[in-house]
Amino acid sequence: MALQDKDRIFTNLYGLHDFRLKGARARGDWDGTKALLERGRDTIIQQMKDSGLRGRGGAGFGAGLKWSFMPKKSDGRPHYLVVNADEGEPGTCKDRDIMRHDPHKLVEGCLVASFAMGANACYIYIRGEFAREAENLQVAIDEAYEAGLIGKNACGSGWDFDLYVHRGAGAYICGEETALLESLEGKKGQPRLKPPFPAGSGLYGCPTTVNNVETIAVAPTILRRGPAWFAGIGRPNNTGTKVFCISGHVNKPCNVEEEMGIPLKELIERHAGGVRGGWDNIYACIPGGSSVPVVPKSVCDTLLMDFDSCRAVRSGLGTAAVIVMDKSTDIVRAIARLSKFYMHESCGQCTPCREGTGWMWRVMERMVRGDAEIAEIDMLQEVTTQIDGHTICALGDAAAWPIQGLIRHFRPEMEQRIAERRSRAQRQAAE
Amino acid sequence: MSPAQAKFEFTAANLAEAKKIIAKYPPGRQASAVMPLLTIAQKQNDNWLPQAALEYIAGLLGMAPIRVHEVASFYTMYNLAPAGRTQVQVCTTTPCWLRGSDAVVQACEKALGIKCGEVTKDGKFGLKEVECLGACVNAPMMQIGDDYYEDLDAASTTKVIEALKSGAKPAPGPQGGRKTSEPQGGPTTLTTLSFAEKP
Repeated sequence: MALQDKDRIFTNLYGLHDFRLKGARARGDWDGTKALLERGRDTIIQQMKDSGLRGRGGAGFGAGLKWSFMPKKSDGRPHYLVVNADEGEPGTCKDRDIMRHDPHKLVEGCLVASFAMGANACYIYIRGEFAREAENLQVAIDEAYEAGLIGKNACGSGWDFDLYVHRGAGAYICGEETALLESLEGKKGQPRLKPPFPAGSGLYGCPTTVNNVETIAVAPTILRRGPAWFAGIGRPNNTGTKVFCISGHVNKPCNVEEEMGIPLKELIERHAGGVRGGWDNIYACIPGGSSVPVVPKSVCDTLLMDFDSCRAVRSGLGTAAVIVMDKSTDIVRAIARLSKFYMHESCGQCTPCREGTGWMWRVMERMVRGDAEIAEIDMLQEVTTQIDGHTICALGDAAAWPIQGLIRHFRPEMEQRIAERRSRAQRQAAE
Repeated sequence: MSPAQAKFEFTAANLAEAKKIIAKYPPGRQASAVMPLLTIAQKQNDNWLPQAALEYIAGLLGMAPIRVHEVASFYTMYNLAPAGRTQVQVCTTTPCWLRGSDAVVQACEKALGIKCGEVTKDGKFGLKEVECLGACVNAPMMQIGDDYYEDLDAASTTKVIEALKSGAKPAPGPQGGRKTSEPQGGPTTLTTLSFAEKP
């Protein structure tokens, strides 16, 4: 059931071809864009709903449905589309390839999506470290202006559309949509309380939709080829193609566009050269970026890579960033390093997260050494539940889940480490 | 508070660039330009932001200086003290760590003769451990200036750093021979397509 090349959207994923307008046109971008817009806002949104596309930034919320939340008529306030290109979820590097190798797909998608939501302006918020990616994206935007594809009377559609790149400066939290909006307004990236939701009051207090790069970049192809084509790929409620990032202990780490619902094992063996030392050497896997719980080999054996299947095993597809760990991995240290990441990236606004992420990391560091009491595993679990769901944004949850996954599946290893350290200490005391 | 540097103002070229950036945002929303302007200022000022630069940008944007300071101290890419004219930033988050970022850090420390968080005596290089830079399928990796160096090991890291020290500019990207994020040895997909460029 492997996806065929003719059904791949990102045909320049590896940058083997020209990323500029000429190359993009040869790959089918900007083909009949005016006709797409002439279908009208309601039709475009309905077709996006029919395609079943779920947001590619991690949460998996229906893209068409999200677009439909924007007011049908402006009350005088402008509408905005904001593209979340603050890619920073550990394990994830797909939007980077889209922006440096296929930027016209994103630019065209920004026009189509903005038109469908009544937005005359769109900001792409790209993480600051992606300097080269921002350069390529800006080249594509300049070319599109030059060719009349965006700007006044974009594509001859009568719709005026401006597109801007806004560079961040190193803050994972700005991937959270309301923190991103704060940052775009020139403030610290600290998430806002919801409601109001961005569709009611977002950027500059105006109706705003925030979408991930991949979500926007696939929209023109979906509309051109028809929602039924996209919906026919993958599995029910988990349709379409997806760019997977396969990192960690595989022979050939890579990005690859595949069908939603592809078995994890097939994904790794077909495209990433298999697990180092063979499939039986897989110890654990984080299937969707650092924020989703780790799963053991027994789950990996049969896991299908889509939103519902990952959720059914109490993990998540997230950004489809597969982090593979073989049997040589110190799993406690691997998760402890993620705890350090979340401590570093907590914005400091909510107490459970600001204090909790540091506390969890310190306890995790002791767990790595086995320098703890068995009962502290339960206490750690308990503390994660006091953070998870008790903060303004999902960073608190994201910091808690990796540890919850670790305890759920690898508690014996944690206990063994504590026991070993204790017996070592006793031996030394006896000598 | 940043160390003292009495004066800061944009060069004429950077001021023109700043004005172009400010024009991206609606009237009255010029505070949105604070981040890109800080970035330009840092580039102009040997990769760090003195207090004078923060105050200068506050003046330019009509913001209270404390608001600019809040932004400058919140985001990790702004250096409020000299951080080395060329900053070597090694990612050590889990996906890079799994593939040997410890060896990359050690190789950098050895080649530069400094520890993470330090700057060489001549102020030329700074070394820093950073969180996920978003190039995980090319792990382990480091960022030097605006470029990513990927698929590293101790030997290739040392080679890159030594080249930089000698004033050369080593080619960025994967150091192990593959192109960008394709699987080593060539893609398993996108092999059946050909694109006819339209005239």
